[in-house]
Amino acid sequence: MTISNLKQSRSDSIKPKINWSRVEEADNFAKTVKLFRQGKYDADSFRRFRLQHGAYGTRMTGDYAMVRIKIPAGEIYPRQLEKISQLSEQFSIGSAHFSTRENIQLHWVVLEDVSEIFRGLTEVGLTSREACGNTIRNIMCSPLSGVCPDEKFDSTPYALATARFFLRNPMVQNLPRKFKFNFTCCEKHGMVRMVDVGLIPHTQEVDGTTQRGFKIFLGGGLGNKSFVGYQLEEFTPEEDLVYTSMAVLRIFDRLGDRKNMARNRMRYLVNDMGWEKFQNLVLKERAIVRATQSVITQLEVDHTPNEIKRPIRISDESGSSIPDGYARWLKTNTVKQKQSGYRSIFITLEAGDITANQLNALADLIRDFSSEGKARFGFVQNVALRYVSEDDLPRLYSNLLEVGLAKSGALTMTAPIGCSGTTSCNLALTNSHRLAKEIQRKLLELKFDEDDDLSDSSIKISGCPNSCGQHGIATIGFFGGGGHVGKDMYANYQMSLGGRSDGDTMLGQTCLRVPAKRVIPVILKIIELFKQNKKSDDTLQSWIHRVVNNNEDSKIKSINDIKKVLEPLTIPPTKEEDPDFYLDYGDDTSYHTKTGKGECAA
Amino acid sequence: MRCLTDSGKITTDIDSLRSEIRDKSVRVIDVRREDDYKQDHIPTAVNLPLANLLSDDSPESVLKLMNTMGIDNETPVVVYDDTFGALASRVAWTFEYLGHSDVTLLETTYSNWKSLELESDSKIPEIQHKEHTLNLQPNILATADYLESAKERNDVILIDNRERLNFLEQHIPGAISLPYRTLATKDKILRPKDDMKRLLENRGITGNLEIITYCGSVGTLSGLAYYALKSAGLPNAKLYVRSFKEWKNLQKPTEKQEDASYWDLSAE
Repeated sequence: MTISNLKQSRSDSIKPKINWSRVEEADNFAKTVKLFRQGKYDADSFRRFRLQHGAYGTRMTGDYAMVRIKIPAGEIYPRQLEKISQLSEQFSIGSAHFSTRENIQLHWVVLEDVSEIFRGLTEVGLTSREACGNTIRNIMCSPLSGVCPDEKFDSTPYALATARFFLRNPMVQNLPRKFKFNFTCCEKHGMVRMVDVGLIPHTQEVDGTTQRGFKIFLGGGLGNKSFVGYQLEEFTPEEDLVYTSMAVLRIFDRLGDRKNMARNRMRYLVNDMGWEKFQNLVLKERAIVRATQSVITQLEVDHTPNEIKRPIRISDESGSSIPDGYARWLKTNTVKQKQSGYRSIFITLEAGDITANQLNALADLIRDFSSEGKARFGFVQNVALRYVSEDDLPRLYSNLLEVGLAKSGALTMTAPIGCSGTTSCNLALTNSHRLAKEIQRKLLELKFDEDDDLSDSSIKISGCPNSCGQHGIATIGFFGGGGHVGKDMYANYQMSLGGRSDGDTMLGQTCLRVPAKRVIPVILKIIELFKQNKKSDDTLQSWIHRVVNNNEDSKIKSINDIKKVLEPLTIPPTKEEDPDFYLDYGDDTSYHTKTGKGECAA
Repeated sequence: MRCLTDSGKITTDIDSLRSEIRDKSVRVIDVRREDDYKQDHIPTAVNLPLANLLSDDSPESVLKLMNTMGIDNETPVVVYDDTFGALASRVAWTFEYLGHSDVTLLETTYSNWKSLELESDSKIPEIQHKEHTLNLQPNILATADYLESAKERNDVILIDNRERLNFLEQHIPGAISLPYRTLATKDKILRPKDDMKRLLENRGITGNLEIITYCGSVGTLSGLAYYALKSAGLPNAKLYVRSFKEWKNLQKPTEKQEDASYWDLSAE
């Protein structure tokens, strides 16, 4: 060994329990790309293969891909973040993107380099396998599972076990369409009714003992047409989790629409068949699955408790002063855990984008501050450090400030979601990604993150009618399209109001079209209307909820009343009056809609 | 005698350099700023800030610099910097261009050397003047005119070593993107040989081709790439040393990845 190999990188006492990767998949991918380039592999088969391995197409080019790295249950470890940092500099744009489904995406990767990313990921046990394509996508879990005061028990081990059971499982390699599982902690931290299979941990008493299980919701989902899921039964015992999952997948595999790509998510099957019929089918199929296993099939749920160990302090900086903005950050970015003395702190980025340097810094912050030695991805392009001792919060805040990760408002309306839009997606019509960043900057400048009335609302933006930006469940949601004045085009968003994803899940209702460059004034106007007409204990969400359900008795009684107030703001000026109106964010050339072939349905 | 072109040796490892320093058999060149050098450096190293070289990099002028640094045709030279080896590469390439064959890059950066707690001092060595002869190697240089005609050939690959977003924004038509970060590992300025070979082969960069590298302005990042290619056993590499800056000044054609707002994905 030479001396240069002796350098110690920081060692982590807490390491990933599961290795999701397989190095032979990197070799195989490299080989297949070569065959494809030589014309020995047809384009359709190659696309399916590529997607199955987690490499998505890129806007207007076949030369680049986006690699979507799955973070099962959202659990990520310091060394994994450091590796992704390195890969982003080597093969991507020096930034990475945190998605709404607990994936990390590397964009603008040369197709021939994708296998090198796979190889790098194997060093830290991660994979992008089945992150795209017609299979089970990353299995999500609430970032608060395990620490949420309202949860019955921690669903994380079940999410991990389910991910492990289905990854590379032959029964899910060729489903009619993609398939999504969300585990959560409680009703409030939700997202279980907007997904193919949503699960909330639940318990029941049987003969004096507490039995674990789940409330399972089926057939929800966001998309070109969105549906709210149905609860399968009052209580599904934990041993039935795997049988229920298999039963649902078998039905979808057998009956799902394999022809009409636009209508082949399971929610359409449920809708076409009717819930009761589908429900009966699932219960029957589950009985068959349970009865016909040749060996007893169960999930390998790892119940080893997490090691909670406060990081060792090397230096004591208790004398140093608390930087400005601490109170604001503490209020809008942190939550108390059920374990006393600890908080979970949320880091919000701009539309989920993070630099390579920040990824490295995040790894060190986990080591220095999280007593569980890992981080958790959230549902809104964000990440949480949990088990942070209350005493350490000021010091953590000042460390976050140093690396530009202390943006406030993480748990408020001021942290909008924006899908990738025209920055990389073939289907996008508008730059929803940049718009989300612009909105966030404006709302933070106005200190709206500190306004309690706005904290339970949300803004979500998609660059096209498909719902990667989850606009349908936003208090104020937008999806992109194009508008015309004569021959001139401009980026134009359809706005919906009143969507939510908690126990009262509902889809937002269409209000009106808002030109891209008028979105911010329109949001501000809605807030102004709310302030003028709210009742004393109203939040923006509760007020809009009443308005869209026609239960409001103030001046603004319906969504149509809001529309009337907003309409004047959305009238296009002439090109001479305001040339900027005709440019989308981040683009200095005249706006025109241009799309390539989508791959969601490939 | 070690000879870069004969033995294919591109980098000198830390342990070898330390023993060569002890044997006084090597000229070590530190390509950092003068202030940094004065603070501390690898023992016996002389300072050659890149700006000094670039202020006049005509062969005659560089030859004089070499002579004052005590380098003759037989002197083994090891170059290092603290900029992932890119500045050191530019110096090494220039020496090679003038006909000095025994020049290698330290396998790591000065920061890494320091973090390993290896010896350093602030002594400025006394140098005995030497005489180097001029034996230009035009085969490792690409000029704009040369590049313009060569890139139309099937057996030529043009590599852009700037970061990906800069490449997407604007590049020389036909170039492929291989950002300089791709060439390194966490603590070495260049990947191990087999690793580098596999990476390059995936990209269709193989031994039977002539490969021209370029970067933003003065041939540093692409200088590193030049040595990366050599380290992978690809002998036929040339550096377009005036790089994209000159290409644009000459108003030669460029190409852009259209219809996508990729800059907005960056968190910088």
